[in-house]
Amino acid sequence: MDATSTSTTQLLIDAAYIVTGVCFIVGLRLMNTPLTARQGNIVSMIGMAIALVATGFQLDFAASWWIGAIGLGAGAAVGIYFARAVKMTAMPQMVAIFNGCGGGAAAMVASAEYLRLDPAHTVVPLDLSIASVLTAIIGSISFTGSAMAFLKLQELMTGRPIVYAGQQVVNALLLLVAIAGLVCVAIGYMPVTAFFASLGAAALLGVLFVLPIGGADMPVIISLLNSFTGLAAALTGFALGNDVLIIAGALVGASGTLLTLMMGKAMNRSVANVLFGAFGAVKKTAAGGSGSSLAADATVRESSVDEVATMLAGAEKVVVVPGYGMAVAQAQHSVRELADELERRGVEVKYAIHPVAGRMPGHMNVLLAEANVPYTALIDMEDINPEFPTTTVALVIGANDVTNPDARTNQSSPIYGMPILDVDKAEHAVVLKRSMKPGFAGIDNPLYALDNTTMLFGDAKASVDKLLSAVKAL
Amino acid sequence: MNYAHLLSELTVFVLAVFVGVEVISKVPPTLHTPLMSATNAIHGIVLVGALLIAVVAEPRLGPALSILTVFLASLNVFGGYVVTQRMLAMFKPRPQASIDAKGPKHDDMTIRLTEDWKP
Repeated sequence: MDATSTSTTQLLIDAAYIVTGVCFIVGLRLMNTPLTARQGNIVSMIGMAIALVATGFQLDFAASWWIGAIGLGAGAAVGIYFARAVKMTAMPQMVAIFNGCGGGAAAMVASAEYLRLDPAHTVVPLDLSIASVLTAIIGSISFTGSAMAFLKLQELMTGRPIVYAGQQVVNALLLLVAIAGLVCVAIGYMPVTAFFASLGAAALLGVLFVLPIGGADMPVIISLLNSFTGLAAALTGFALGNDVLIIAGALVGASGTLLTLMMGKAMNRSVANVLFGAFGAVKKTAAGGSGSSLAADATVRESSVDEVATMLAGAEKVVVVPGYGMAVAQAQHSVRELADELERRGVEVKYAIHPVAGRMPGHMNVLLAEANVPYTALIDMEDINPEFPTTTVALVIGANDVTNPDARTNQSSPIYGMPILDVDKAEHAVVLKRSMKPGFAGIDNPLYALDNTTMLFGDAKASVDKLLSAVKAL
Repeated sequence: MNYAHLLSELTVFVLAVFVGVEVISKVPPTLHTPLMSATNAIHGIVLVGALLIAVVAEPRLGPALSILTVFLASLNVFGGYVVTQRMLAMFKPRPQASIDAKGPKHDDMTIRLTEDWKP
């Protein structure tokens, strides 16, 4: 191949990469409404296919085509299998593991590229060495962090925060090692050793920084890890001098960061606060001291299935408030059947979705969509809150902290300032709950002691099923 | 170190971040899980990088690790897109009758599309 045709091929490949970038952006743009979101995802797929075909022209197939074929084929087979088999309730851990794969691949690509530049014998340009080592650091944090998030969400290990003395010191030291490695790589002092020391320290840091994160904080962590992998992909682009990786990585990084900030805002906590576990410390003092406004002698009113069924059937408007407890009990299909029955009787039914309900952003929406609830009935917090005063019954299913009125009024509460769903403003609030045990955060919920609140104890799915047959019998 | 090249790459990066923020902030919260899954698939673009380092005369990581790299990236791409598509297929608007009753929220497009999607 002469020089002219090589550069022509390269130009065509670069042009194809621009088309890919456009496809990704248009694909994400089409996700601005559920009506076009599927087309958006297909546009994005087409973009990916174009990039892969273009890349094919750069590869030396004669040498080791089988490496690409085996990796690609096996990855596609395993990926598609799990993507089809996974239950919608397991979506957070599925997203976590796919995310980790991307981060791990980015770290390995950066390692290979760095070794190819032969840092032991030659001086690697500063921009390439820094891009490589940063990719290795961020990619491996994302890989091991996502793996930990997966283990926690899949309940292969406890979902509770794991804390130990000196945790922050250990994490800080690991970060320091990673940064020291980066500096050594940059100045060329034992660069290969330093590179892999950075990578190793970062991988360990990924494990350790997710340890103290509890289940309820997962929406923040999943989003953050998503943005890390995006950033790692973009940095891989810098290391390889490949624009399409830079564009795609930047888009994902922006998306993940935006979601992280939104989730933090919805919990009224900074991302640093979530990461460094200040919540755990506050929580303990609140539980032991006078943090809760729920008086010790406060009584809750327990109701019967028939009473609640009558209340629901006679209601004008019912707002269902789902939480992670609904997902755990797999109650979403029963909830939809109950809603259908109520709608047949002329009751208006809506669903109030708190941004951090569940284990990842939008978790409740996916579960309810799977149960055939139209997305037009899923109302975001800002839009549903003004409707609670005109709501006859707010039916709280497996949600706790996101309904806690202390967040509004009690300054000593650890969740003070967190935006909540105003279920206490409804004419009646009915809370379906397994027991009086406090929710994940371990905070009492004064909602339960209010005069207009009644409790229905038991498994969420069993309770909803009983309500359904009771309503039908009316 | 090629400053001109680095600068043009940084330009691309910064502009892409701004485009990303613009586009993503228009995605409604109801689609946040599919969004995360879709962006997940998009960062699977490291598959391009994985192929570039693996399918060469002398893969630096050796055959086993090179295969693993391509495998991870490929899993990310295919799994990510398929699961996103599966999720998005579940999002259905309200049946026609209720749209008429309550007034369309998403203008005429909702009505046109719901024709086919009526349960």
